[in-house]
Amino acid sequence: MHKSLLIDPGKCTGCLQCEMACSLEHTGEFNPARSRIRVFEFEHGLNNVPYTCTQCTASYCMVACPVDAISISQLTGAREVADSICVGCRACVAACPYGTLNFNPETGKVDKCDLCGGDPKCAEVCPTDAIVYGYPQGDVPPGMFALPTDADSAPTEVH
Amino acid sequence: MGWQRKVLRVDLTAGTCESEPLNMQWAAQYVGGRGLATRYLVDNVDPAVDPLSPDNALVFATGPLSGTLVSTSGRYCVVTKGPLTGAIACSNSGGKFGAELKYCGYDLLIIQGRSEKPVYLLIEDDEVSLEDASDLWGETVWKTEETIKARHRSEDMKVASIGVAGERGVYYACIVNDLHRAAGRSGVGAVMGSKNLKAVAARGTRGVKVKEPTRFMQVVDEKNRKLFEHGSRRALMRYGTLSMIDVMQKFGGLPTNNFQKVQFEGVDRINPKAVVETNRNGHKNLLTNKACFGCTIACGRIAHIDPNHFSVVNRQEYWHASGGLEYETAFAFGPAVGVDDLDALTFAGYMMNEHGMDPISFGVTLAAAMELYELGLITREQTDGIDLRFGNAEALTVMAEKTGKYEGFGRELALGSKRLCEKYGRPDLAMVVKGQEFAGYDSRALQGMGLGYATGNRGACHLKHDTFDVDMEDVSGKGKAKPCKHSQDDIAAIDSAGICLFTASAWDLDDIAAQVDAACEGSWTAERLHDAGERIWNLERLFNLRAGLTAADDTLPPRLLKEPAPSGTAKGKVCELDVMLPEYYAERGWTANGVPTPDLLRRLKLEDFIIESPA
Repeated sequence: MHKSLLIDPGKCTGCLQCEMACSLEHTGEFNPARSRIRVFEFEHGLNNVPYTCTQCTASYCMVACPVDAISISQLTGAREVADSICVGCRACVAACPYGTLNFNPETGKVDKCDLCGGDPKCAEVCPTDAIVYGYPQGDVPPGMFALPTDADSAPTEVH
Repeated sequence: MGWQRKVLRVDLTAGTCESEPLNMQWAAQYVGGRGLATRYLVDNVDPAVDPLSPDNALVFATGPLSGTLVSTSGRYCVVTKGPLTGAIACSNSGGKFGAELKYCGYDLLIIQGRSEKPVYLLIEDDEVSLEDASDLWGETVWKTEETIKARHRSEDMKVASIGVAGERGVYYACIVNDLHRAAGRSGVGAVMGSKNLKAVAARGTRGVKVKEPTRFMQVVDEKNRKLFEHGSRRALMRYGTLSMIDVMQKFGGLPTNNFQKVQFEGVDRINPKAVVETNRNGHKNLLTNKACFGCTIACGRIAHIDPNHFSVVNRQEYWHASGGLEYETAFAFGPAVGVDDLDALTFAGYMMNEHGMDPISFGVTLAAAMELYELGLITREQTDGIDLRFGNAEALTVMAEKTGKYEGFGRELALGSKRLCEKYGRPDLAMVVKGQEFAGYDSRALQGMGLGYATGNRGACHLKHDTFDVDMEDVSGKGKAKPCKHSQDDIAAIDSAGICLFTASAWDLDDIAAQVDAACEGSWTAERLHDAGERIWNLERLFNLRAGLTAADDTLPPRLLKEPAPSGTAKGKVCELDVMLPEYYAERGWTANGVPTPDLLRRLKLEDFIIESPA
């Protein structure tokens, strides 16, 4: 089972340490404009929402790529762009319904989250655990974490 | 490394924007931020100029750590000659603007001259232009930021702008960035307005490199852990700075009713407990905390005003969340003017951010006006029919808005305490040093704070020295000179590195030096940073002496020197400035007239600035 980036906007303070760590890992310098994770801010800073590729099963980017530059990492499950193959056509950018791929004018290639090969730096530096790399509910497989207990009462209304 | 090694120089008179290499010799001596900006100001501005004339310059500066993973790396500062004080002004701000300016590829931005027409400066990496701001002139900070971002279709653009207060020369107008962070003090926004510069908008994609990335990340990780685990960081995250209000109330250092009292009866209605309580309408003031760029403390407050409150009842445009109360705003809109209406305080805070004004100076000016009103020296006819007595929440909210819009009696409040009290014949009632209003600490209770206020290069200020611990231990002038001097130098270095002073509760200069050393060329130690801080403090002092200030300006209002504190720990005491000041001058290596000696200036490599015949 692959781990995921578990993002909880409720914990995010908007400090952008994730953006800086991501850009350092991928470009060797601090440059949030080249970060593959973005934090969106709403209503004068009331809400801060980190957002990046979910490594979705549909893999629209991979399907759209005309030169097969995008592949799935067996190790992490990340959809990874091979810079040596990418021609910078941006078909993937258009195909992604979530807007998580970005064309990098410096390199002429497309950047996306690659989970840092299994050690995502955004999660490492996040001071509030708004970004955690793990399983949705600790070690419990997805779908098993909401088991009812005796204390719970059965729903009385169904909408 | 660390530095971008580039300065952007904008001449508004000529309409030119040019970049030049950063003077690396100065960078090595003054680090960055406050220090480097001061060195460039001294090089570009005659200290005798009228602060609101085209001859004054406005320097925006980041530090070598700005835009890196060092915690709180979003800070920038604005250095200029301040109109409120006639002294050097150095105002520091958080938010995201500072980091963005650095990502545009510049360490410093120097703005000179005066544009014929209103303009804003647009910086997108190397593409720099002056854009027409005729349609933005007269607009609020909030509207300006929104309009510029929309015009350039960039939510990523960061904007620092002024409101009407800055345009119309309110003496304590500030520069606001990211909606509710501000280079707040000394009237730097009025300088920007005098130049017809409405805003600076920045979007940068140039990265910041560090000398040794691997070691840098190890050091940063270690220091972030140290900061994160520190108790004061947790307190700042949870309560912001507001928890200080209960500390000061208990100690008897909470200036109330224009410093006539040192404790405030209504404190329970505006303290950290009050902001999380649900009121009778089911409304809770505080919503969450918010970090500035790169900050792992996150002391910022995000609050909202009860829609049923009189200040906003039919004004839905103020029902959204925005910056909430921290200690200084709570002090200046609360005890200083005797008001204990939490929503009124929050609304006044919105007005400061929306129109671009320093809350401390506004609140303390209003406090002086209230005392003048109660003495009959200002009448109800002059105040647009508002009953300007202490404790009137409506007087606070209405005057905050009128001053921001430069209307009615707001034009009088725009003068600041010193000019207002002189105009109405009671200069002794202005709670200022060098024309700048006090922060929320009474000098009779916190004596070292009094010394820090009196000797502050930008006038009264609580952020340029730290004698808090010794002040709380002993209410007297004894032993305060040395910690005051040394903390002034340390803080000058912290302000120059490009990080926030609030890291200093957990980090000493060694912690900061280790991070500078991993990021920047050369070898950086705590001692070197401290020396740079001392150099910066003395250069600021020399600027002021050349601007015409003297030792006579290192003083406090008679109220604090002659009227004993009426209650609290310092009951019966006055501020013992007469004991502290000579000790302080000696500790600094200055003459009895407060002038740096030639020997000192040679040691600090400031020999070019030696004043041969002390004033």
